[in-house]
Amino acid sequence: VLHIARPIHTSQQCLAPLPPLPEKGGEVRHGLIPEEFFQFLYPKTGVTGPYMLGTGLLLYFLSKEIYVINHETVAAACILSVIIYGIKKYGADVAAFADKLNEEKVAKALSVKNDAIKELETAIEQEKKEQWRVEGRSYLFDAKRNNIAMLLEANYRERLLTVYNEVKKRLDYQVAMQNLKRQKEQDHMIQWVEKNVVQSITPQQQKESIAKCILDLKALSKSAQVAV
Amino acid sequence: GPLSERRLMDVRLGELPMWLATCDFSPQGLLGGVQKAWSSYCNKYINVKRGRAAGVSMLLAGYCILSYGWNYQHIKCNRWRKYH
Repeated sequence: VLHIARPIHTSQQCLAPLPPLPEKGGEVRHGLIPEEFFQFLYPKTGVTGPYMLGTGLLLYFLSKEIYVINHETVAAACILSVIIYGIKKYGADVAAFADKLNEEKVAKALSVKNDAIKELETAIEQEKKEQWRVEGRSYLFDAKRNNIAMLLEANYRERLLTVYNEVKKRLDYQVAMQNLKRQKEQDHMIQWVEKNVVQSITPQQQKESIAKCILDLKALSKSAQVAV
Repeated sequence: GPLSERRLMDVRLGELPMWLATCDFSPQGLLGGVQKAWSSYCNKYINVKRGRAAGVSMLLAGYCILSYGWNYQHIKCNRWRKYH
């Protein structure tokens, strides 16, 4: 909301858009005398009045030599004839060319205006689309909330798994320790028993056992020979 | 309307001295008058969509006549006859 101290746009005259230029200029006869002069004299002298006036004036100036005929007159006559011939011959073409230039300028300005209008229209449509999109905000936020909930859940479960693994590792360690201890005790006992038994074998017993083994082997070889 | 606000063309012949009396002949007034005349001439003959050569040719003709008038004392010496 614009807070202004003074009222604006209160005058009647509005300078934009400017009024267009008039199509044709004031009428001029013979390129020198405005039409208003002929209209001014028409009520009193009719159509030929201004021409009579012109002829009379010309003869007066010539006869009283207020207008002196000298070399400048000849030069003026030549220049004027060339100029008038040029204008009569090429006037229409130059006018068409100038009209074309004007037309191009106007077309360019119009195209700028139309482009601006089109761009603004597309901007309006996009704005409307954005406004429609805003209505879907709730779905977007629901999806985001679900995402976050899932993330939290996944994190929680991950940590739960970690805790479970850690606890299992500690318990496994304890079990392994106990097994190891028992096995070591077993091995040690076995070794101790074997050592004692080996120590208790006296040389006498050793000779007897060797002799018994030899006898057994002879018996076995005999039975093997018989079998073959 | 009132005399001072009418343009020259709308003033009757008998009222001409009175109308001249109401004119503003100070330098600013004269300058304003000249500017108004020039701008009205331009808007009538030059600032139009389809202008013609007449707009410029009238200015050139006026210039020719003015310069002839300024040099008249010199041109008088080239007269063909002494008595008219």
